[in-house]
Amino acid sequence: MPFRKEGRPLRAAHTGVQELRPTNNRIHMPAITLLEAIRQGLWEEMERDERVFLLGEDIGVYGGAFKVTEGFTGRFGEERVIDTPISESAIVGAACGAAMMGLRPVAEMQFIDFISCCFDILTNYAATSRYRQGIGIPMVVRGPCGGGVHGGPFHSQNVESFFLNTPGLKIVEPSTPYDAKGLIKAAIRDEDPVLFFEHKFLYRNPKIKQEVPTDDYIVPIGKAAIRREGRDLSIITYGAMVYTALDAADRLKEEGIDTEIIDLRTLLPFDREAILESVKKTSKVIILHEATRTGGMAGELTAVINEGAFEYLDGPVMRVTSIDTPVPYAPPLEEFFLPQVDDVLKAARELAKY
Amino acid sequence: MDKRQQLDLLFFMRLTRSLEDRLDNMYKQGKIVGGLFRSLGQEATAVGSAYALDQKKGDILSPLTRDLGALLVVGARPREVFANYLWRATSLSRGRDQNLHITDLKRGFLGTISPLGTLIAVMNGVMLAAKMQKKKSVGMVYIGDGGTSTGAFHEAANFAAVQNLPLVIVGENNSYAYTTPTTKQMRILNLADRAKAYGMPSEIVDGNDVMAVYGSARRAVDRARDGGGPTFIEAKTFRMRGHAAHDNQSYVAKEVLDQWSKRDPIAQFEKALIEQKIAVAADIETVTKRVDQVLDEDLAWAESQPSPAPEDALGGVYADDGKPAAIGAGK
Repeated sequence: MPFRKEGRPLRAAHTGVQELRPTNNRIHMPAITLLEAIRQGLWEEMERDERVFLLGEDIGVYGGAFKVTEGFTGRFGEERVIDTPISESAIVGAACGAAMMGLRPVAEMQFIDFISCCFDILTNYAATSRYRQGIGIPMVVRGPCGGGVHGGPFHSQNVESFFLNTPGLKIVEPSTPYDAKGLIKAAIRDEDPVLFFEHKFLYRNPKIKQEVPTDDYIVPIGKAAIRREGRDLSIITYGAMVYTALDAADRLKEEGIDTEIIDLRTLLPFDREAILESVKKTSKVIILHEATRTGGMAGELTAVINEGAFEYLDGPVMRVTSIDTPVPYAPPLEEFFLPQVDDVLKAARELAKY
Repeated sequence: MDKRQQLDLLFFMRLTRSLEDRLDNMYKQGKIVGGLFRSLGQEATAVGSAYALDQKKGDILSPLTRDLGALLVVGARPREVFANYLWRATSLSRGRDQNLHITDLKRGFLGTISPLGTLIAVMNGVMLAAKMQKKKSVGMVYIGDGGTSTGAFHEAANFAAVQNLPLVIVGENNSYAYTTPTTKQMRILNLADRAKAYGMPSEIVDGNDVMAVYGSARRAVDRARDGGGPTFIEAKTFRMRGHAAHDNQSYVAKEVLDQWSKRDPIAQFEKALIEQKIAVAADIETVTKRVDQVLDEDLAWAESQPSPAPEDALGGVYADDGKPAAIGAGK
């Protein structure tokens, strides 16, 4: 693979503010996709810690529906890469039990849409165990989420708000390869159950390829990143919508609006301080997400902003989200369903009037 | 099984019944809030099955709410049961969860949660870990007749079979799921028939015969320990009270209850012990006295324990939270 000359390599995630321009004067490592970053993170954790094992549907010899775990069986054996029946409750139940006994299971949902099949185990069992019985469940449930690939109603969902209302769970969704690797490692090392959502539109997207350190590093759970600094408007977002926000910010700059972009990275517990700090700086805020509108992340974040930064606001907190329907299949329908750059621009121009 | 062990079985059955009698009274006095779930008539199933486990080998039990006897067998103390029902700050759940939802993995018991079938899925993972850690431990988990209708049960039973896990699933067929008879739960006569669908060996046993239950459980535990995988045991028994203390069981015919009361597991066992000249009346009296003594002491201890402070509701949601991730207004 040739060294990458352009793109959006990011550095030093732990500092919060990240470099968005190519780092031409550094020694280049091959740029990798988000999928490859997750794969590397899983691989390195399995090499580092023999308690880590994987279970899920078709993840073994086949390497998973998206090939995230391709080659893992050959290296780690069938005992640590377990092909299971199509039984999400049994998969995540087994992960819970194994985690309680000191192992570090990583369960794959073939598509994150199917996580609703194990809703009971996650919400009633995994999320409550530490509180009820003082036993933590250090487990990761990961899988591909999101639309834009014409997967239709059952292969395109964003399910974070099903779980946002469940204390005891953590929810992570990376937008860059660097973060994906650092966060999957952090999730595996975390003492609590982590839902790890991987946006499938970003999986192999060449535009977001990035150089990623080969040294061990983590990106801390619970910390947002500033993807772009600005003075006039904050866009709070995550996942694939980070790139919609970046594109919108480029256009808004031409209109004289200097936009700050906060990438939440962790959706539960979200980085309240980073959100409020940005809002206090810009006084105008758009919350942008791909999940549907009613009962979504944006509503919760709006409440947090109202509680913590009301007197700093110059206008209403705006939401740009998908529409309140199932995710439609046909390209024109799905495009209409998903938030587009123009939707962000429209909201920003509305806000600019205040 | 020697005399001491058989008197042990009697002790645990009597302890279960007397403990529940006392809980029943406390419930009526308003000292216990929430639900009270009795295992009256089912003591032999719980005690006989759990007695086949060996904690020295790291065996783990996950009982249902009608398996108080099983919990006591593996070492939960009556004072811990009283304290949890009385929501004391020093109870195993510290007032955070109710009735028999108590856990101590060091002693080998993992509390259930109310959705049924879930714990079979979780116990699969416990045994998967044991296998991966090269332990020779066995798990025992319980499900009622109604619970075998859940998706979690079917997924988990199949998973246990496919992974050949060292797990014993005890199916307690007590004829009613809350108010719904088994005839409205399934078109099969025996819960054990379900096991065939998973390629899992099964046994049907008289759940009111503690020695028979023990024998069946012993075989299943040995098979699991020897690498023979999971077994499903159907214990046929009867729930002699309503689902919980509030339920007067009006939907069960009096004749049915009369019939089953003649097969009371404790009375039957005591009779057998005397008839087979394993024990004399004085032995049985000694057991009864010991039960009363333990319960007197343990109830006094539990009642002396403090209640939780309101703000004890906070914390312990995450490993690193001194307090919960989100705190409501005014707290």
